[in-house]
Amino acid sequence: MKNKYIKFLSAPYIIWALIFIIVPLLMVFYYGFTDKSGAFTISNITAIATHEHSKALWLALYLSLISTAICILLAYPLAMILSHIGENAGANKDKYMVFIFILPMWMNFLLRTIAWQTLLENDGVINSFLNLLHLPALRIINTPAAIVFGMVYNFLPFMVLPLVNALNKIDINVINAARDLGANSVQTFLRIILPLSLPGLISGITMVFIPSLTTFIVSDLLGGSKILLIGNVIEQEFTQYSNWNLGSGLSIVLMIFIIVSIVLSTIFDKDMEGTAI
Amino acid sequence: MGNKLITLENISKSYGSNTVLDELNLYINENEFLTLLGPSGCGKTTTLRIIGGFETPDTGKVIFDGKDITSLAPNKRQVNTVFQKYALFTHMTIAENIAFGLKIKKKSKAYIDDKIKYALKLVNLEDFANRMPDSLSGGQQQRIAIARAIVNEPKVLLLDEPLGALDLKLRQDMQYELIRLKNELGITFIYVTHDQEEALTMSDTIVVMNQGYIQQIGTPENIYNEPENAFVADFIGDSNIISGTMIHDELVEILNVKWACVDKGFGINKPVDVVIRPEDVELVKEDEGTIKGIVTNIIFKGVHYEMEVMANGFEWLVHSTSLFPVGTKVGIKVDPFNIQIMNKPESEDEEAIGVEE
Repeated sequence: MKNKYIKFLSAPYIIWALIFIIVPLLMVFYYGFTDKSGAFTISNITAIATHEHSKALWLALYLSLISTAICILLAYPLAMILSHIGENAGANKDKYMVFIFILPMWMNFLLRTIAWQTLLENDGVINSFLNLLHLPALRIINTPAAIVFGMVYNFLPFMVLPLVNALNKIDINVINAARDLGANSVQTFLRIILPLSLPGLISGITMVFIPSLTTFIVSDLLGGSKILLIGNVIEQEFTQYSNWNLGSGLSIVLMIFIIVSIVLSTIFDKDMEGTAI
Repeated sequence: MGNKLITLENISKSYGSNTVLDELNLYINENEFLTLLGPSGCGKTTTLRIIGGFETPDTGKVIFDGKDITSLAPNKRQVNTVFQKYALFTHMTIAENIAFGLKIKKKSKAYIDDKIKYALKLVNLEDFANRMPDSLSGGQQQRIAIARAIVNEPKVLLLDEPLGALDLKLRQDMQYELIRLKNELGITFIYVTHDQEEALTMSDTIVVMNQGYIQQIGTPENIYNEPENAFVADFIGDSNIISGTMIHDELVEILNVKWACVDKGFGINKPVDVVIRPEDVELVKEDEGTIKGIVTNIIFKGVHYEMEVMANGFEWLVHSTSLFPVGTKVGIKVDPFNIQIMNKPESEDEEAIGVEE
């Protein structure tokens, strides 16, 4: 009885999803598989094979992988400290710590990236400061390094939070048991903590890798217009060249990469633990 | 039994302003089944964790086999722990769980396989080697946790309320199982529980703790029959605890009546606590008792009736196999041998909080 009506509560979202997700997606597919005259073609898809496009795709994949790797290296120790595994973490303290950590996330993503642009510029804040100290200036803006830096800075919380969640699910006595049975800290980490927090790690990888792969803002602002990632190429097709067909076609290719990485992560992470933040 | 294996010297531990252990001294013999018994928050688990190496005491020393191990890491100690709620490695099979400690120690495959077989046989779970922990019942998981600990041949097995999560019947079976294991292995067991029945059934020695202090150390018989203070008397089994005055040796006044007893050396006209176990209270004809009372309540408990008898303003708890209906006027008699006299607590620290008056 009750359930019959409760279904209707999802109506606003279904309408929302229909208008803003399903319809645009269908439009992307329509444009992606047609040419300007509206005739069917797959040339927009195969266009990825051109040197310019494939280069942008590989660079995006490469930089996203590096960013993801750096995020893992930074996030694991941090998550260990923030979670109850961090030895001195009192029940209240670690909530504060996580809170402090996610504080910057509440600032607009674009704003943060622009702020880093100002900081990293050749005559930006950091270099003015280094100049004052008579230190050599940092030539980082408009390089792939700056893009990686921006990706790591922006997406690190998405690695930390699922990891903290996954680590918090491990019974502290399970870790104590490993120590009790003779394992040192490294062995305990590799044999117990890492396998038990794997679902969180997989979620983290997905949540860092996919936005890094598709970003165009970070590469635009911190990479200048010289370094093109696949996201920038797609953006330019839509905004500068008004070639919606090619933009859609390349989007579909990118979508395939996203779907593959999500499928891979669900295979590893069967119960999708840790995805919730 | 024999030699002292573990000595705890002046151990203190606090968390912030909360003192959990205060100058605790205790020694544990080889091959002893020692139980730390007390209500939650009494410091028993902290004591166990200090022996296991998961906590470092603020002051004091832990001596193991003549060596100071106070700050030795848990993985370097010759003790193994069976944790509350089992703490099995859920991503490994039962065999891998049991092999964990041995693989860390780089034992040969043949040795490990032998040990797994031996341990599974010991805990009667021979066919479970390739199962995952989640597919086992609580009692089975607990036995695996024990198997995982004992394959490492520890000198001491620490057990932190290992039966706490099991139902009553299983708990009783596991008590016998643990005694059997202890006898087969011939190692020291240090057992933490808040369940007095578990403690009485299994232990060689019981250490009753409250508020970070040891209240009494003794054999189960000793603790039950001769509690040293009102806390111990109240915590172990049911009891009538009555305020009284020791008139002189072998005579005590409670509820305005003088009773013969067998205790000596408390002094003259000294205030004391008197404990009388409910099964030691004899109900007789009204005129034959030391004092007169009236039955106010009866509960059938299976083995016996539990009766409440109002006499001289005190509600006596009585266990008896013969029934005296509510309203019966009865006399109360107690064998002098069954009247246990205890000193009143001298300081507030010793005050046994939680004793129901």
